[in-house]
Amino acid sequence: MLVRMLLALACQLLATSFAAAEVAPQERIEIGLSTESIPITANFSGEVLTIFGAIENIDPLVQRQGRYDVFVILEGPRTQLTTRRKGRVLGIWMNVEDRAFNSVPTSYLVASTRLPRDITNAETLGRLGLTAGAIRLSMSDGEAEPGADQFVNATKNLKKRSRLYATFPASVRFVSQTLFRAQLALPANVPLGGHRVKAFLFNSGQLVAQTNANLRIEKAGLEFEVFRLAQDRPLIYGFASVLLALAVGWLGRIFFRKD
Amino acid sequence: MSIYLPIAELSVNLYVLFGMGAAVGFLSGMFGVGGGFLITPLLIFYNIPPAVAVATGANQVVASSVSGVLSHLKRGGVDFKLGIVLLIGGIFGAAIGVYIFSLLREIGQLDLIVSLLYVAFLGVVGSLMMVESVRAMRKAKGGAPATLRKPGQHNWVHGLPFKMRFKASRLYISVIPVLVLGLLIGLLASVMGVGGGFIMVPALIYLLKVPTNVVIGTSLFQIIFVAAFTTIMQAWANQTVDMVLALVLMVGAVIGAQYGAQAGQRLRGEQLRALLAGLVLLVALRLAYSLFVVPDDLFSLSQVAI
Repeated sequence: MLVRMLLALACQLLATSFAAAEVAPQERIEIGLSTESIPITANFSGEVLTIFGAIENIDPLVQRQGRYDVFVILEGPRTQLTTRRKGRVLGIWMNVEDRAFNSVPTSYLVASTRLPRDITNAETLGRLGLTAGAIRLSMSDGEAEPGADQFVNATKNLKKRSRLYATFPASVRFVSQTLFRAQLALPANVPLGGHRVKAFLFNSGQLVAQTNANLRIEKAGLEFEVFRLAQDRPLIYGFASVLLALAVGWLGRIFFRKD
Repeated sequence: MSIYLPIAELSVNLYVLFGMGAAVGFLSGMFGVGGGFLITPLLIFYNIPPAVAVATGANQVVASSVSGVLSHLKRGGVDFKLGIVLLIGGIFGAAIGVYIFSLLREIGQLDLIVSLLYVAFLGVVGSLMMVESVRAMRKAKGGAPATLRKPGQHNWVHGLPFKMRFKASRLYISVIPVLVLGLLIGLLASVMGVGGGFIMVPALIYLLKVPTNVVIGTSLFQIIFVAAFTTIMQAWANQTVDMVLALVLMVGAVIGAQYGAQAGQRLRGEQLRALLAGLVLLVALRLAYSLFVVPDDLFSLSQVAI
């Protein structure tokens, strides 16, 4: 299990919340990541990422009644996405229709203290994107055309099936009055790059505080050096591939020569 | 043991992959073909994305052609002048092919076109070979010797202008059909990930009347360069060449080819060709089947980093 915690921050938060207790100021939510990047090796098959956080200026009465709720979201880097639909043409199945989406999160993992619909209303869930199903996907064009909905739904379903979009209710737990711990299952195919960690604090169904932080997921190891070379220096990569092939062909000839 | 393919972005079994390379290498050694037209469909059946399968196939062809050409060089079985003229056409063809490849990928029809091209080419070549080898087997039974080349015979190709002398092939022919042939092979190489030997060899023999002793060496010679050029262009324009995948396949293929060549010497020519034709037809049928069967999911995603 990957544990990214910040106990030091929690202690500091406790101290400040005592000092400011009598004016009952607004609650604040903090998340802490012990590192700015997570390296993942080639044989990575999915892991649980734990994120710790703390609430400042907590109202002990509200907390005792269990009316605080927390969402922690890990949003993957955004890409352009094209969703295609196959149809039958002369008996052959081929792509016949497509829609392009702008700026779609490659992954979207949501952890919350309870079922999202028990925490707040659907309008708020949709506006803040608090469930994987509630993300708004914006199309480049053709949004008003009939059948646009099926592309939005198909996109989300495909993402859910590959476990890139997921909601984990009851996976945020309070470990003390002010400290909480969120657990998110990173799938094996978690996208590389800059991810965004977002946290929302609700009091009795009302959003009272939010924050965010950056986290890079980087893949490490020889295989990913190859990937990076192919992306960053494609021409050198191409020449290297050819040289490798020439070497293997020539060596094979030498090893097995009979004439 | 599983191995991660960095460009295909999936984990596969190393032994299955190596076995695939060895099996195709064995067949290519046995039949004296490059094997590119078998490796690309096999990779597609193994769930490697077609774009990666095609580009990596071209890379693998470089290795198997180098291995093959070295033995032909020693016997003087390479017509360099003819090879270079073919190559000039081939480079243009490959450049156009890589461009078409990118375009098809953008509009989401690459997988379909690759499958259709394979079904068409493998179907036609497999059927022709089957008919020819069955006919040869019958003739052999009847006692008449099977002849391929009738020297001194001319066709329309020899009436074209811009003639050039190719000494090693003892030919005096127009460069136009040579360049066009090279161009077509280059196109095939880049869009299908094959060396194109299965088109080049019959075309050189039947169309250009090149003597059989220099056909295979010359074809292999130009395939090395066209496949190398295609690999570099694919890596540059599409980033679809998987070096790890190519390496495992190449090593398997080079080893397999040695045993295949030994096995090939024990079988008769016509029987070999009939076997290969059967295999080619099977691959074509399997690819055709997947075009007609209802897909698991009608929707698919493709994303571009921004």
